[in-house]
Amino acid sequence: MADAKSRVAAKEQAPELRVKNFKEVAMGYNEEEAIAEASRCLECKNPRCVAACPVSVKIPQFIKHVKDADFLGAAQVIHEDSSLPAICGRVCPQESQCEGSCIRGIKGQPIAIGKLERFVADWSREKGLIVNKTTVSNNKKVAVVGSGPAGLSCASDLAKFGYNVTVFEALHVPGGVLEYGIPEFRLPKSIVNYEISNLEKMGVVFEPDVVIGRTISVDDLMAKEGYCAVFIGSGAGLPKFMHIAGENLNGVVSANEFLTRVNLMRAFDSDYDTPVYVGKNVVVVGGGNVAMDAARCAVRLGAKVTVVYRRSEKELPARREEVVHAQQEGIAFQYLSNPVQIIGNAKGWVEGIECVKMELVPSKDGGRNSVVEIPNSNFNVSCDMVIMALGTSPNPLISSTTPGLKVEKWGGISLSDPSGETYRKGVFAGGDAVTGAATVILAMSAGRKAAKAIDEYLKGISCN
Amino acid sequence: MFKIVKKQVLAPSVFLFEVEAPRVANAAKPGQFVIVRARDHGERIPLTIADYNKELGTVTIVVQELGVSTKLICNAEVGDFYVDVVGPLGNPSEFLHLDDSTLKSQRFLFVAGGVGAAPIYPQVKYLYGKGASVDVILGARNTELLILKEEIKKTCNNLYVATDDGSEGHKGLVTDVLNYLITSNGKIYDNVVTIGPMVMMKFVALCTKKYGIKTIASLNTLMVDGTGMCGACRVSVGGVTKFTCVDGPEFDAHLVDFDEAMCRLNMYKTEEGKKLKEEEEKNHQCRIGRYA
Ligand SMILES: Cc1cc2nc3c(=O)[nH]c(=O)nc-3n(C[C@H](O)[C@H](O)[C@H](O)COP(=O)(O)OP(=O)(O)OC[C@H]3O[C@@H](n4cnc5c(N)ncnc54)[C@H](O)[C@@H]3O)c2cc1C
Ligand SMILES: Cc1cc2nc3c(=O)[nH]c(=O)nc-3n(C[C@H](O)[C@H](O)[C@H](O)COP(=O)(O)OP(=O)(O)OC[C@H]3O[C@@H](n4cnc5c(N)ncnc54)[C@H](O)[C@@H]3O)c2cc1C
Ligand code: SF4
Ligand code: SF4
Ligand code: FES
Repeated sequence: MADAKSRVAAKEQAPELRVKNFKEVAMGYNEEEAIAEASRCLECKNPRCVAACPVSVKIPQFIKHVKDADFLGAAQVIHEDSSLPAICGRVCPQESQCEGSCIRGIKGQPIAIGKLERFVADWSREKGLIVNKTTVSNNKKVAVVGSGPAGLSCASDLAKFGYNVTVFEALHVPGGVLEYGIPEFRLPKSIVNYEISNLEKMGVVFEPDVVIGRTISVDDLMAKEGYCAVFIGSGAGLPKFMHIAGENLNGVVSANEFLTRVNLMRAFDSDYDTPVYVGKNVVVVGGGNVAMDAARCAVRLGAKVTVVYRRSEKELPARREEVVHAQQEGIAFQYLSNPVQIIGNAKGWVEGIECVKMELVPSKDGGRNSVVEIPNSNFNVSCDMVIMALGTSPNPLISSTTPGLKVEKWGGISLSDPSGETYRKGVFAGGDAVTGAATVILAMSAGRKAAKAIDEYLKGISCN
Repeated sequence: MFKIVKKQVLAPSVFLFEVEAPRVANAAKPGQFVIVRARDHGERIPLTIADYNKELGTVTIVVQELGVSTKLICNAEVGDFYVDVVGPLGNPSEFLHLDDSTLKSQRFLFVAGGVGAAPIYPQVKYLYGKGASVDVILGARNTELLILKEEIKKTCNNLYVATDDGSEGHKGLVTDVLNYLITSNGKIYDNVVTIGPMVMMKFVALCTKKYGIKTIASLNTLMVDGTGMCGACRVSVGGVTKFTCVDGPEFDAHLVDFDEAMCRLNMYKTEEGKKLKEEEEKNHQCRIGRYA
């Protein structure tokens, strides 16, 4: 058993095994382990962890229930603030949120809050104990656009309030980034599917294959199909490129393309028809969660992978756990390096990438260090595939086809009120579509906030 | 699920389907496309909307069997269902913005190769209906592979045919006919629209550039999502990277880097791809880098 300073280790698939499969890496706590870890919690009166959780999950309270082996009680406490705990427990950047502020972390390891949250959520799901109440319908229709965490949580609360909710999704399966971006070995799709089937049981209707702005406009949803309000949770799906020479060579892809082929289209499975090209030597450009996911998928498909990142290890924006896992899986990191061009062969395929060394320059105002190129420090890395993981921005499809909607210069939908109201009456928005690429927990909380705002709005008007 | 209500053989390995997809039919405009998945584990395949009927809620696609996925689409029969039909995707044709009186004074030439005849059909029909002058050159390997010839003939001013083997019309390339019409026949066109194999569109573009005629090409790049999310469909147009699915599929043909586009289209077909395919067949478990 662990001493009070270090956390109870959670079982993981060994690196040499897991690089050959797509099964979940972290196996999670069992009941004894969860109780032991929970017992480390000091039940702080002014819990710093809660202040650092974007949705203020009542952490000491749920942990107390775990300590007492009352897992259902714990689940009920978590559900008051989070509608997707099995997912957030797995993918939240805990080290910079709840766990990063835990008092236990000052002299030792912080409480494994994410792992405990995951345990509680998995336990109640496996026991089938969290059943969402169905409410009597109020016969008002609300449309939700996009089925990522923002859309799912908005739909869930709206259904609980009694609205008839239809979720429109451009792709052929719901889930958003949870489905097409984050790989199976981090977030099993069975968990996402469970959440979706729960919503279906509550009466939420999913209509896939509908691209709002193309198949039907927001205006027509309201004017012709009788939706009293619309929530836009369309995410930030447009991949960025660097606009350097050679970027359109064969073998250069966005992380979104690579991950979509692998996760959504299941190209790694011989039963599926979609192909994916994987090089022998793959360079991934970027340092966020997306870069880690692409790198780790490539490793599992047999590649040798190098991550090229402009700053140093300290600045990697990815979740710490994923960086450690990536390193354990044999992925090399080339820090303080930035691509200047991609080199191709006569057949139009990538054969290398030219980078320049970078240097961190402390910022004068104490903000984030900036990086500058070191002149004449160029070097080549040979490779037969480059995956660009440079971030994403919101798709203009909806903003450009919805009169009255205002957008920021960079494409994010502007809100007229922090609750999620946009400048277009009856239209609400939240998640990455508003903030730009952010986190699952923030998207979820934006979806819930907007559901409340929609309820307020619709209580005040007659509609049908 | 999207029900197939009509199937017709247009040529060996080229089929026409009418599919029930009311939302798509209601919003469709000439120049746009759909993405079809034939079955649950299927690939997302982009196909141009060849026609649509808002009353019946159907869209028409014309598909050529090439690889695994188009074969699956073509094997479907009336009464069967495609699991997904999403659209309409891409931008409608540019000329839809032109008002009727402008259209009446415009002279269009369409140059289509192979199944490219299908996507030009709704455009030709629309323009001819608006009183524009519309000529069409249809090219194919042989007379058997010429599709929709009778339909197109009825809705245009002049139809010219070119086949590789001379089994019908001019023996040779569509660009031979194009050159002939302009230099020897004294034809004048304000707009050329070309749809077909990349290599054909490349040479049509080179040819019309010589004569300074504005030319539009509809690009059939590789695609995955068709909504701007992946960048698989990127092409260089005037030195700028564009996503075919959201910025296109129609572009100014004189600005398209066709050599790059052809190279990218072969991404799953090159030597590397073949090698990977052999490897795949050896261990038979994974189809990384599969090519058909
Ligand atoms: C690879 C990857 C890894 C990540 N890892 C983490 C992590 O570990 N932890 C974390 O907290 N966050 C992570 N993120 C970020 C997180 O996933 C996102 O912030 C979150 O999913 C945003 O949720 P959302 O609901 O706003 O949008 P999304 O999840 O992007 O969902 C938007 C949905 O809307 C659909 N849509 C878009 N346009 C239309 C339209 N016109 N009509 C209909 N539907 C439309 C899209 O197809 C999509 O399904 C990761 C992101 C990626 C890409
Ligand atoms: C906007 C758009 C509209 C299209 N409209 C039509 C249409 O109306 N009718 C039709 O039959 N086809 C159309 N295509 C092409 C069609 O999508 C491809 O033929 C199809 O994806 C091939 O899939 P496959 O799995 O059967 O073949 P694969 O196994 O993927 O490939 C078979 C062969 O076809 C080549 N190929 C792959 N993709 C394409 C492509 N996009 N264009 C040309 N060759 C390709 C491959 O290099 C390979 O040699 C369109 C493509 C786009 C992007
Ligand atoms: S939701 Fe995320 S930040 Fe909040 S307690 Fe759970 S894991 Fe921590
Ligand atoms: S800060 Fe740490 S120890 Fe204190 S309540 Fe939160 S989890 Fe428990
Ligand atoms: S097909 Fe994915 S962005 Fe165009």
